[in-house]
Amino acid sequence: METFKTIDQFISFQSHLIKKLNPAHPTIIISAGTCGQASGANDLIRIVKRELLSKKWTDQIRLRITGCHGFCEMEPSVLIEPKRTFYPKVNVKDMVRIIKAVAEDKVIEELLYLNPSTGERIETQDEIPFFKNQIRTLLSLNEKIDPIRIDNYIEQGGYKAIVKVLSKREPRGVIEEIKASTLRGRGGAGFPTGLKWERFAEQPDGKGKFLICNGDEGDPGAYMDRSLLEGNPHSVIEGMLVGAYATGANEGILYVRNEYPLAIKHLVIALRQAYQMGLLGSNILGTGFSFNLQLVRGAGAFVCGEETALIKSIEGMMGEPVQRPPFPVRKGLYGKPTLINNVETWANVPIIINTGAQEFKKIGTERNSGTKIFSLVGKVKHTGLIEVPMGITLKEIVYGIGGGSSGKTEIKAIQTGGPSGGCIPATRFDLTIDYESLKAAQSMMGSGGMIVMDEHTCMVDVAKYFMNFLKEESCGKCFTCRKGIQRMYEILNDISSGKADRSTLDLLEELSTTVRDTTLCGLGQTAANPVLSTLHYFRQEYLEHIDHHHCPAGVCKPLITYTINEHCSGCQLCLRTCSVGAITGEKKKPHHIDQTKCIKCGACGDVCKFSAIEMRPIETSQRTKG
Amino acid sequence: MITLFVNGLEVSAEEGTTILELARSYGFPIPTLCHMDGLSPYGACRLCVVEIGEGSNAKLVSSCTYPVEEGLRVRTASSRVVRARRMILELLLASCPQSKTIQDLASAYDVHQQRFKQEYEDCILCGRCVRVCEEQMRAKAIGFRGRGERRSLGTPFDQKSEDCRLCGACMYVCPACQLRCTYTEPEKAICGGCANLSPPCLKKSSFDDLMCYMEPCVACEIKKD
Repeated sequence: METFKTIDQFISFQSHLIKKLNPAHPTIIISAGTCGQASGANDLIRIVKRELLSKKWTDQIRLRITGCHGFCEMEPSVLIEPKRTFYPKVNVKDMVRIIKAVAEDKVIEELLYLNPSTGERIETQDEIPFFKNQIRTLLSLNEKIDPIRIDNYIEQGGYKAIVKVLSKREPRGVIEEIKASTLRGRGGAGFPTGLKWERFAEQPDGKGKFLICNGDEGDPGAYMDRSLLEGNPHSVIEGMLVGAYATGANEGILYVRNEYPLAIKHLVIALRQAYQMGLLGSNILGTGFSFNLQLVRGAGAFVCGEETALIKSIEGMMGEPVQRPPFPVRKGLYGKPTLINNVETWANVPIIINTGAQEFKKIGTERNSGTKIFSLVGKVKHTGLIEVPMGITLKEIVYGIGGGSSGKTEIKAIQTGGPSGGCIPATRFDLTIDYESLKAAQSMMGSGGMIVMDEHTCMVDVAKYFMNFLKEESCGKCFTCRKGIQRMYEILNDISSGKADRSTLDLLEELSTTVRDTTLCGLGQTAANPVLSTLHYFRQEYLEHIDHHHCPAGVCKPLITYTINEHCSGCQLCLRTCSVGAITGEKKKPHHIDQTKCIKCGACGDVCKFSAIEMRPIETSQRTKG
Repeated sequence: MITLFVNGLEVSAEEGTTILELARSYGFPIPTLCHMDGLSPYGACRLCVVEIGEGSNAKLVSSCTYPVEEGLRVRTASSRVVRARRMILELLLASCPQSKTIQDLASAYDVHQQRFKQEYEDCILCGRCVRVCEEQMRAKAIGFRGRGERRSLGTPFDQKSEDCRLCGACMYVCPACQLRCTYTEPEKAICGGCANLSPPCLKKSSFDDLMCYMEPCVACEIKKD
């Protein structure tokens, strides 16, 4: 690999690569992020390689192995350029046919994506409703780039931003540009990035300043940062380079959780390539500007996503948050000024520099510019990563992109912001997505998790789930966070097993407020959000549990019972399925469930073909006995 | 000097002073458990919360860790503060009901009962012992382990630490806990129980020769006269 000593050398290399680029060349693109590999993308890659080699088609057809394209539900998916034909859920046998079709420039109709609402086949990716309603400025690069090949990134205009910045030699102007773009931190709190950079740049240089990329994404059901790091690691590196030049930092750290092995692998490769090309290290492209970037792996604590805990973790200490102020921008890693931004924030930086702040601001709203990636999961037809402009309504996301409810029942609520967020009911789906409105609705943007829930989701159970998660993941330093969350979980557990009365609800509310008010870091301050928001919007459901010992969604096990009705044909299917042997009965005679053995897993109901398994609220007398 | 307002009173303090130090020097009482003069501020017990800011920006912060800021408006006993402290005390009572310090504090804040499931723990994980061991005794023999509800205090691998000089400082500074020494299992002991000068040596018979593993025993040395 060539090392570039001057800016001009790099520019000529880049234009040479771009000139070589032939968009009309047939290319098979396989989405092989963690989601793709888990669904079998590696097998497809093997097949394609073998086919192309054996048929000697290597000059005729190219193969590109990329990170996640976003439509995770349809993995392993294959995209064919130049027509951008999209084949979802491809299996090994179909892959061979697809390769043949590509060679003959044909399309296999029956393997195309089937639109569930119209029943029509859709050929190109851009016509699919899931993709059509998005604005993919960040994610669209994922399908263009093989993350382990820096040339791919460069030919797509990569590292143009840093070249532009280095040629202009105006660090102050870069900060002004970021400020003008009104980009806000994508990690959750939404602090204006430009302002943070400005404050950081003002800090005296002393013996070093640090840049940190926060890649410790731990929210259940959120994986935006993972797909960016896996699919386009160079964009994050370039963003940090621009940030370093603008603010005068010479050291950078990529903090990535160790649970993302593929992201780490791709980052290690990307860093090595960038160093070899002279895009990192000392005297970058002969400009005298130096920036060293290294990778630090997180050891698996949710709280380390909090910036002060993250700093402690990098220093090799226990991941415990400390008091802010002083903010890391003044006193952070090893007591030096430290600038911490989220993966997505860094990835947005090159886009702003390349297109200009005014162009960037055209997407989104006045105070919330640009796009935001969300991971849309739960009870919607189409799940996956979506990139939407800020200011879009929840309705457009859930029904437009998500395609509405995947089950038989209506969508009830959406949970945004992970364990720190709240549940927003369907009646408020006209809410726009931005930092302020979500906060006003007692939720928050968070890092971008969106979990859709339908009538089969019990809100008490949801709150309980998040409390259970947080009571393990709180660092335990603040007494109110450690004990408060544990007590909230206990109370919710009581409610979901019908052991609570109305005074418990007051206690829960009082406790939640105290936990929110009196804890040190963001984890504790937002920990009560799942409880407070469900109490606010779904109080009736709580009261139903308390007053009538009834779980409307049929989720809280202590409040439900399974019985077999007269429709039972005695097929013995449920009997064989039951893992605890609670079902008895002879062939062709109605079966019976032994309530003392039943663990209420519901497996019998899932297999029964005659709707003979009934789930109903437990009788009060029975409950007190049990 | 930095000028700020505590409960409406205009006061001044040097940069780097915490709100707690300032408020106490002016005679405003703030209850604490994890704070101790001479140890670094930690902010674990949250009892010392005070309210800062105005209107919708008002928030509670732990006064022992929060540095004074120019023009800051601090309220050390607003209704929001008192409500929060009462709930914290209720949580403390629910976990460590036997501690005299906690009982006294609860009584001072008119908390007479708690509404949670009663637990009988001794340690509130305030970290005073950890800090005194590290900062004053320079031993770092004990520390925190685990996180969340599994966070606990102890020596590495529950073995008696070689760095421990059995100075007893950890027990001396403990605000709430019971004696944590496990007399009969010296290997697991965090600290020498003998240092508190009370009975141990007198009941030697009931523990055989395992009893006194402190050389020389502070208690015996003092009692000799």
